[in-house]
Amino acid sequence: MAIKRVTIKDHSAEANLFARRSFIAMLLVCVMMILIISNLYYLQVSKFDDYQTRSNGNRIKVLPVAPNRGLIYDRNGILLAENRPVFSLELIPEEIDDLDSTLAELTTLLNIEEDEIADFKTNMQRVRRFKPVSLRNRLSNTDVALFSASQHKFPGVSIEARLARHYPFGSALTHALGYVARINKKDLQKLNEAGQEANYAATHDIGKLGIEKYHEELLHGEVGYQEVEINSKGRIIRTLNFQPPKPGKDLVLNLDVKMQLEIQSVLADTRGSVVALDAKTGGVLALYSNPSYDPNYFVHGISSKRYSKLLQSTDRPLINRATQGQYPPASTVKPHLALAGLEEGVIDSETRLFDNGRYQLKNVSHVWRDWIPWGHGWVDVKKSVEVSCDFFFYDLAYHLGIDRINESMTEFGFGDYTGIDIYEESDGNMPSRGWKKARYNEPWYIGDTISVGIGQSYWTATPLQLAKSINTLINKGRRIVPQVLRGQMINGETVLDPLKELQPIPVKNIENWNLVLSSMYGVIHEPHGTARAAFVDVAYSPAGKTGTAQVVSIAQDAKYDAEKLAEKHRDNAMYVGFAPFDDPQISVAVALENAGGGSSQAAPIARKVMDFYFKDKQLELVKTNPDDNPTHIQQ
Amino acid sequence: MLRTKLEPNKQSIFTKVHIDVTLLVGLLVLMAVGLVTIYSAGGQDIELIQRQVIRLGVALFVMLLLAQIPILAYQRMSIYFYIAGVLMLVAVLLFGVTGKGAQRWLDLGVVRFQPSEIMKLAVPMMVAWYISRFNLPPKLWNICIGFVFVVVPTLLIAKQPDLGTSLLIASSGVFVLFLAGMSWSLILMVTCLVSAFAPVMWFFLMKEYQKQRVLTFINPESDPLGSGYHIIQSKIAIGSGGVSGKGWLQGTQSQLEFLPERHTDFIFAVFSEEFGLFGILGLLAIYCYIIVVGLMIAMRAQDAFAKLLAGSITLTFFVYVFVNMGMVSGLLPVVGVPLPLVSYGGTSMVTLLAGFGILMAISTQKRLLSRQ
Repeated sequence: MAIKRVTIKDHSAEANLFARRSFIAMLLVCVMMILIISNLYYLQVSKFDDYQTRSNGNRIKVLPVAPNRGLIYDRNGILLAENRPVFSLELIPEEIDDLDSTLAELTTLLNIEEDEIADFKTNMQRVRRFKPVSLRNRLSNTDVALFSASQHKFPGVSIEARLARHYPFGSALTHALGYVARINKKDLQKLNEAGQEANYAATHDIGKLGIEKYHEELLHGEVGYQEVEINSKGRIIRTLNFQPPKPGKDLVLNLDVKMQLEIQSVLADTRGSVVALDAKTGGVLALYSNPSYDPNYFVHGISSKRYSKLLQSTDRPLINRATQGQYPPASTVKPHLALAGLEEGVIDSETRLFDNGRYQLKNVSHVWRDWIPWGHGWVDVKKSVEVSCDFFFYDLAYHLGIDRINESMTEFGFGDYTGIDIYEESDGNMPSRGWKKARYNEPWYIGDTISVGIGQSYWTATPLQLAKSINTLINKGRRIVPQVLRGQMINGETVLDPLKELQPIPVKNIENWNLVLSSMYGVIHEPHGTARAAFVDVAYSPAGKTGTAQVVSIAQDAKYDAEKLAEKHRDNAMYVGFAPFDDPQISVAVALENAGGGSSQAAPIARKVMDFYFKDKQLELVKTNPDDNPTHIQQ
Repeated sequence: MLRTKLEPNKQSIFTKVHIDVTLLVGLLVLMAVGLVTIYSAGGQDIELIQRQVIRLGVALFVMLLLAQIPILAYQRMSIYFYIAGVLMLVAVLLFGVTGKGAQRWLDLGVVRFQPSEIMKLAVPMMVAWYISRFNLPPKLWNICIGFVFVVVPTLLIAKQPDLGTSLLIASSGVFVLFLAGMSWSLILMVTCLVSAFAPVMWFFLMKEYQKQRVLTFINPESDPLGSGYHIIQSKIAIGSGGVSGKGWLQGTQSQLEFLPERHTDFIFAVFSEEFGLFGILGLLAIYCYIIVVGLMIAMRAQDAFAKLLAGSITLTFFVYVFVNMGMVSGLLPVVGVPLPLVSYGGTSMVTLLAGFGILMAISTQKRLLSRQ
């Protein structure tokens, strides 16, 4: 465009106009600056607290710190459960872009096995989102080095170092001590219900069995907190504040690990269990169930292959036979029944019967046979216990009746939980009329009562119940609850837990108790005693009772032939006993499955256990004959 | 006059090389503040500082160079400069290089450069040249023509899309018209027109990401981890700085990398976090000083072209400040405008100091002219 206009510029007017406009512009600048400043004032002064909180919320994270689990010692201070540092390879699936290729690369790097990948995938389903899932639990030093060198290639994969439980004695203590394993959803639910979720925020494992489970609260401790500064990528820059966790209590058990090991080696391949209690405190000196298994596999996540092998084994190693094995107590309960008869006045020390091997009731065709086909001849109560005469106890049971038997055997703890500090326990069965009605909708027959007289019929008991009942017997009705936990280790000193006791059984006549106990002494020391052979030349004056329990009932008049019966149908061998007779220190219950006779199989095991117990004891063991000095044990 | 008259000899030496010391002092202080903040925002990276110092050196050199060119030359070059610029913008749209989701660069084989940067100076020069040919205040017709000079490059740049730059260019042209004395009724009308144009922009011109920015600006908390993240973290940084700030290198939002674009567009948030409201007032004082000096230069300029150009450059400089601070503190939507002379970055620094070079030329040459 061609604008060719001649205009005379009024410079001063233009300058004035420009100055005015500049001034207005400056005013506008000021207004806008004030706008900015007031907004900043709002952010930095009015809302300062808000933004400071949010800024801190950005950078400060409170991380829970797991407390160290309390250690567990045996009664002699030997460490049974310790915490060892372990390195595990942890993956957070949500942070990994291509899980399959990452797994493939890790497999080539660390030789990950198919099992491990399979287990990882199962675990992935179980774990909460954004929580690490472990691929390999115990990394070797080589693994750690290999992975660390190429860690940058694996986002979302890391090595986690933590303390993990280790059980140096492996399978020797599994059923008593139990084990810990990774907290699963079910555990979480329980923790939530108990309001313990926060306390377990950093905890990896929880007690799953035995003492580890029962005393979880003592062992766990209290969570600590670490306040850390993180950057936008979540990496920890520094620790701002640290509230240390309170470690769990160190526990001391009544168990003697050396005795456990002895029992384990003595039992060898026999299925069965041994319980040894401190006769004075009820402390569980030994509690071993055979076969056992290594708990350490569970701590690190047992492979499904190994687990299903344990689960499917016909020997059923996962069962705690000492507390869950329910066996007919057989003749081992004859002392208790004898005492019931004496206390109830059904019999006295003078009562004699002629045992011809065949017990019959008037108008009943059934014949109850003694274990000796021709019978024991004339027997009193003491001899009946010593020779384990069935005939005498058939008759005693008949006269006592099921109601009185049930009542007094319940007092000894049969048919009820012992109260041991292990959750895996069965209550056994002490049959009664009501029970049979409820269970089978059948009336109680007199024949049932007679079988109960020799600890058969529907009567089942656990080895622990038997040992506890022996303790009650030798303590003259004092009922101490067996406990595995002895106390806590505080500053290197064992602080004992108080004993747990139930109301004692009322004693009608102490002589009855002494008589029964001396009959148990006779089982070993009388020439006709059933356990005499097993305890030849014994130094610590033991007393006891053998038992041979039928696993399957044998048809009338059929002969028991161990060789012909399938192994699973052979008799269970039982033994209960204590020592020394005049001042009992230990009571023992042995139950061996399908092993045969109590006197030939169970009693020798009990002897070995007691031999071991008394081997180290520098005690003045006085051989005492109760007939010579009957008042001695009354004190 | 802000210029000190205590040392007339020294003053004359600077005048001879066309340096306005009053202005230079302000710019250097601001650059120093920038370096200090970049050092903190960039994670104490000394190499970052070195690169920025080199850029500042180059930019200062360009400023010095431009200060030597006679005002008359600028006046004559304006139209060619402008036409070349517009042609290059068209070229960018046709064969430009795409980067960061926008087509802004021209690849000249050796260097890539953004023609839009040239337009930041070419537009006010063109409009000032055109308007100053007539008596002020300009007539309606002239203003309309002037607007056309502004709108064409603005739209071309908005199309790239580069909202921040087109905003700066539009305002630089509008400032010329405003300072030239455009009537208030017309100003009101244009304001209304622009308001009416806003929905058209929204539906036809704005890209999805730009719309998102506006939506985020309206309610940043709606998407705290996505597009709202920048502005939320930025406000947290500013707010948590409080009155006195967390201290240099102590800003947790920046040091722990919660803030995005820490050393570039969002450096103001770092500054606010570490130096607090007092620091900001100080920073604003420096900006105010530079703007006052700039407007003084404009008022003292002898002819209308120089006045209008100097005024526009100064006020556009303020627009940078306002838009950047506004967007970082959540007053305005996030558009890519750096905090002038503080933010890390080369291109805008050179353009800005080129503008100040022209200001210095205006400031120092008029003396010489009047003496002749």
